[in-house]
Amino acid sequence: MTIHQLSVFLENTSGTLVQVLQQLKKANVQLVAITIADTAEYGILRIVCAEPLRACEELKKAGIAVAVSDVFALELDNKPGCAADVVELFSKVGISITYVYTFLYGGKGILVFRTDNTELACKTIVENNLPYISEESLAQWA
Amino acid sequence: MDVNSPYLHPEYETLSREEISKLQTARLQETINRCAGVPFYAQKFKEMGIKAEDIKSPEDVRKLPFTTKQDLRDTYPFGLAAVPLTDCVRLHSSSGTTGNPTVILHTKNDLDEWANQVARNLWMVGLRPDDVFQNSSGYGMFTGGLGFQYGAERLGMLTVPAAAGNSLRQIKFIKDFGTTAIHAVPSYLTRLYEVMQEQGVDPRRDTKLKTFAIGAEPHSEEQRQRIEKMFGVKAYNSFGMSEMCGPGVGFECQEQNGLHFWEDYYIVEIVDPETLEPVPDGEIGELVLTTLRREAMPLIRYRTRDLTRVLGRTCPCGRNHVRLDRMKGRSDDMMVLRGVNIFPIQIEKILMTFPELASNYLITLTTDNDNDNMTVEVELAEMFTDDYARLQSLTKNVTRALKDEILLTPIVKLVPKGTLPVSEGKAVRVVDKRKVYQ
Repeated sequence: MTIHQLSVFLENTSGTLVQVLQQLKKANVQLVAITIADTAEYGILRIVCAEPLRACEELKKAGIAVAVSDVFALELDNKPGCAADVVELFSKVGISITYVYTFLYGGKGILVFRTDNTELACKTIVENNLPYISEESLAQWA
Repeated sequence: MDVNSPYLHPEYETLSREEISKLQTARLQETINRCAGVPFYAQKFKEMGIKAEDIKSPEDVRKLPFTTKQDLRDTYPFGLAAVPLTDCVRLHSSSGTTGNPTVILHTKNDLDEWANQVARNLWMVGLRPDDVFQNSSGYGMFTGGLGFQYGAERLGMLTVPAAAGNSLRQIKFIKDFGTTAIHAVPSYLTRLYEVMQEQGVDPRRDTKLKTFAIGAEPHSEEQRQRIEKMFGVKAYNSFGMSEMCGPGVGFECQEQNGLHFWEDYYIVEIVDPETLEPVPDGEIGELVLTTLRREAMPLIRYRTRDLTRVLGRTCPCGRNHVRLDRMKGRSDDMMVLRGVNIFPIQIEKILMTFPELASNYLITLTTDNDNDNMTVEVELAEMFTDDYARLQSLTKNVTRALKDEILLTPIVKLVPKGTLPVSEGKAVRVVDKRKVYQ
């Protein structure tokens, strides 16, 4: 029910992002979404891609520090209020969302997020029959 | 005590070079005899075939063996005592975080002579018994506390042991007690000025401050001048080290052109740190000091590891005691930051306790707005999280652990693996960007 997301620790200086992206290019990894948030000194680059585990190995081989974590990716209808309704479902059962970002996938909005309670989040998704993206569907991009 | 005399001890301060030489020869012989009771020295003298009678001039000190900080550690705690412990009345000790601490013992006479040296210095820069002296320096084992306390009292000043920190209280004391002189580390005085500004206190208008004694951390001429301008005072450079007693060893006179090192108390040598041979006047080398008056723990040719040079042996002030330049650096990797001595190995030891961190690190020392800061960059061993909060708490924990070790709060920066320069052989761990050593 979750997908693998890669997190790369980046120094907040010019040229560090391109270094990681060049490695992924070399390894012929198809990116689906990337997002970066920064503090004064460093940033975490979060990557959703096809074949995340292979991409992870390639980055490690290049000496780049990378972590793999499980995140949820839910499909949203393209109409106002959709995100609010979905997030509310999690909020109601007491799940905290650690971070969230979105991207477009096949014309649909995709909501990516990590929670502090994976088990309860899975249950909520099942109970509410929420459409989620699986790792297999991401692999089709490769 | 003639308050109109520029000298507190004219009989010593105004000695000619020749007289200094004679006095040193006699006192060095006494010191050698005193060391005969210390097995560490007695054995070395025996091996080298040295007797007190062999000393015919102060230069003959070169026949004697060196003493290092390691020797102090190896003989911890009382191995270098030249008198029974019952004759000692005080000890000062270093923190010992890099191994055994170093311990320095004092007899009653030692404390007396120490106070005399500090009093001589404070008199030299114009302080008199009607001055009010506030000692804003750490007390306890740090010798800048009790050292200045006893010296200022010896001179006869009303002495306020304000100790370090608590700026609001410091300012209240300065105003209420009519403080005219302060001893502190220079970076603290800059901080004090900031707080005065916040409180709307103008040191020129609202205080009687006129003289500062600054020391215990390296600082530049520019920094001194800035402090003088801020407060409208004269600030004098003080040199001390606990191995020699503490503050009082060297001090600037009103010419502010180098520090007079008191040659009735010490033999001063400047040597090449590699060859250990003397360097000519004007050339930078390592300061080596031999105590001439100390009873409890005489030290022969103690390698201070401080780098400096001889500026002259005469002075318009009438004192012919050697003038040394402000300290130019260190011949080992010790860093001095805000009065605290720190070795890179202490930082390394702490960093290595965090499995999230790799072994490559870089310490950078900078001066920002007159404050000395330490930045510790360290590589992450691996990316263990995708969460900012975890990285931030790691940063916080490393900072706290370092603070517990070095007593200062460094700026900790996590960097990706492979981004810090790896040098061939001995890694460069410290970059000192402060202007103090220029």
